[in-house]
Amino acid sequence: MSKIVLTVDDSRTMRDMLMLALGDAGFTVVQAVDGVHGLEVLESMAMPDVIITDINMPRMDGFGFIEGVRKSERHRATPILVLTTESDSVKKERARSAGATGWIVKPFNPDKLIDAVRRVAA
Amino acid sequence: MDPLEAIKVTFFQECEEQLSELESGLLAMEQGETDSETVNAVFRAVHSIKGGAGAFSLEPLVRFAHVFETTLDDVRGGKLAPDNNVVKVMLRAADVLADHVRAARDGGVVEEARSQALAAALEALNGEAPLAPVVSAELDDMPGLEFTPLTVSEDDGFGDDFGFTPLAAGIISLEPEGPALRTWTVLLRPKNALYAKANETGLLLRELKRLGDLQVSIDRSELPGLAEMDAEHAYLTWTILLTTDRSQSDIQDVFEFVDGDCDLSITAEDFAVSPAEIGVLGGDEPFDVMALIQQAQAEVQAAPAPVIMAQAFAGPASPPAPAPAPLAAAPAVSVSSPPPSPVAAAAAVAPDAAHGAAAQQATIRVDLDRVDRLIDLVGELVINQAMLAQRVTESGVPRSSNIAMGLDDLEHLTREIQDSVMAIRAQPVKSVFQRMPRLVREVAAMTGKQVRLVTEGEGTEVDKTVIERLTDPITHMIRNAIDHGLERPEVRVAAGKGPEGTVRLSAVHRSGRIVIEVSDDGKGIDRPRVRQIAIDKGLIEVDSNLSDEDVDNLIFMPGFSTASSVSDISGRGVGMDVVKRSIQGLGGRIAITSRPGQGSTFTLSLPLTLAVLDGMVVSVCDHTLVAPLTAIIESLQPKAQDVRAIGPDAYVIAIRDTYTPLIDVGAMLGYRTTPLDPTKGVALLVEGEGGARAALMVDAIQGQRQVVIKSLEANYRQVEGIAAATILGDGRVALILDVDNVVAARRREKARSDAKLATVG
Repeated sequence: MSKIVLTVDDSRTMRDMLMLALGDAGFTVVQAVDGVHGLEVLESMAMPDVIITDINMPRMDGFGFIEGVRKSERHRATPILVLTTESDSVKKERARSAGATGWIVKPFNPDKLIDAVRRVAA
Repeated sequence: MDPLEAIKVTFFQECEEQLSELESGLLAMEQGETDSETVNAVFRAVHSIKGGAGAFSLEPLVRFAHVFETTLDDVRGGKLAPDNNVVKVMLRAADVLADHVRAARDGGVVEEARSQALAAALEALNGEAPLAPVVSAELDDMPGLEFTPLTVSEDDGFGDDFGFTPLAAGIISLEPEGPALRTWTVLLRPKNALYAKANETGLLLRELKRLGDLQVSIDRSELPGLAEMDAEHAYLTWTILLTTDRSQSDIQDVFEFVDGDCDLSITAEDFAVSPAEIGVLGGDEPFDVMALIQQAQAEVQAAPAPVIMAQAFAGPASPPAPAPAPLAAAPAVSVSSPPPSPVAAAAAVAPDAAHGAAAQQATIRVDLDRVDRLIDLVGELVINQAMLAQRVTESGVPRSSNIAMGLDDLEHLTREIQDSVMAIRAQPVKSVFQRMPRLVREVAAMTGKQVRLVTEGEGTEVDKTVIERLTDPITHMIRNAIDHGLERPEVRVAAGKGPEGTVRLSAVHRSGRIVIEVSDDGKGIDRPRVRQIAIDKGLIEVDSNLSDEDVDNLIFMPGFSTASSVSDISGRGVGMDVVKRSIQGLGGRIAITSRPGQGSTFTLSLPLTLAVLDGMVVSVCDHTLVAPLTAIIESLQPKAQDVRAIGPDAYVIAIRDTYTPLIDVGAMLGYRTTPLDPTKGVALLVEGEGGARAALMVDAIQGQRQVVIKSLEANYRQVEGIAAATILGDGRVALILDVDNVVAARRREKARSDAKLATVG
């Protein structure tokens, strides 16, 4: 059975890119458009193997989303990768202290993305 | 299409949305709304554009967006106060950003000087050295430039004991052309935080395994008895012997995500301190790494914590697992509570989230061609339904029969389908209004005038085809309002006004049409000058007796232009006559009112849709015509005593003590030469442009019907007094009257008959 990845990003472009790269690599992709939606989707979907989330999003940003996931008994051990545009160490650290497992620096190429997912996926 | 190309198309669509978000956000900030929600939305817009642009390697766009983003980040972080000056620079930057997006999309180039000037202006706000952030960001991304690990650990061994002086030499000697196999000792002691972030020792081992051969041993000396054990605590220390031809930085990379969440040392075996010396190893036998990994995976997927605990203590044959943080639900194990801060943060987010959910609407994107095809088909359906109904009536089926009743239902349904389909095409005029702030800024900058644009009713919906064709006329009218209408600041002050002029753009639905107004508080139309120009250009006679309104309307005449020199703003070779014609082409009309010293107002009135029309079907000399229902106030049968002749071919009719011009439609369209006896026909009281009324004489009324508009211009040519055509239920073509045109044609002759009219009244 293919692994399931939940992507949370408010940008359609980025969601499509993730879908394309992950889909080509054989992952099943579930999409959410922001943190609030992400948490909602998590409640109803099959257990994802990896979550990929953007940081800057409306309604609930990536930090809030990660904290929300980590608070959930069901998902607290699910690996979370954050997408960051810049190698901004401040943001990366904030994401980590919120509970992010790892990160992907945008712009990513598909290999880099898949590699990061593979590294954290059980 | 190549999937990546398709995403690129999406990206540019999204850019347009982000740009409009950006602009409306900045405009809100200009109005003092500098709350974090607004600022964040603005930041996100630029951030998203930059992110996508990076994915497609759109370098100039990325560079500019980056500078912009940095400024916004400062605003967001409270380092830069978004005062009026800052927001003004950012508005201009938004314009340049839009240019960059379009240049990237259409393959053009943005004027470099302008882009750089704005980038510099933004950087001046940041107080940052130009380009520095870009360079550092790129450096961070480059693989193979991560010197740090080498510096730290190699220094111990090399520098002192072997006299390897420069670090660079060390790197070269470590990585010769043919990479040699080396054995590395990796000491790993995870902290609790490593597991709390869902990292796994087993996965790290799996990654290391990809680099070479592993020998793994575990020190579990710190592992307490089951009773004392905290399931979320990390107790184990791992020693990994890795034999690989890869560099140390490759090994270090494996631990990138757990940096700081574990104690880690990576040393080349040759120089490694023996495990015994540092005393971390408890002397456990080496394990097969693959078995370990499988074990780790099995745990993640499997059973509740207590079982695993039991396994872990079953004996030396079954290796202890990494602390099973994921499975903390077990009642027997004390669970350390997560840090309290997330709770507070999430709670703070909640109200916003609810608010956002209400505002967000589910939408889908549909190719316009499909909608148009649907509209065409529904139009055909309406015609077909009407024809069917007519045939059924003709066949003598009684109104009360099931067939007739079924047809009535069908008619309602058809009507509803039509309305729904039209609603799909209806769009708020926002998309057009949004382009105007930029125009205003540019024109204001070019003319040296201070302008404030106020927009109202941008949620007003109108058919998409109408929207598409609104941009040019509105653009032109706004240019005109600023260029010709508003005065320079010093002139305004001298006239007792504020230095800043106001241009107001509004949209509203009124009796089945959309009315758009462009008004300014400038000097108004200079009537003597307009009159003189018209005389000079031979548009009117020297002694023409014109009302103020007539003078104002001269500006719509072909060949009229008030600008003494053709400025590059308003005078693009088109005058208001072109605007008027394009509005008329949409079935609309344009009017102007002006008060000297107080400003002018242009009023556009357009049909909401170009596809259907509620009409009154009438007969005129054996021809069937349709009069738009929206224009008709009432219909009446004239009595002989109400009709007065005011000239050889001119009549007026008294309707409730008011004399109204009576227009014989048949005669006007040339269907007949002898006028219809008013008492034998029906008069339709209509209201045209600006409230002017007239009574249209027709032979008889057939009934009301919704008709599908077919362009006469597209299929034949423009005809005076006729707006369009339609196909009726019996399959015949009927012409749709252009009521405004008919009324206006009558009014053009009005001046001559005014005197006589007065004597009649």
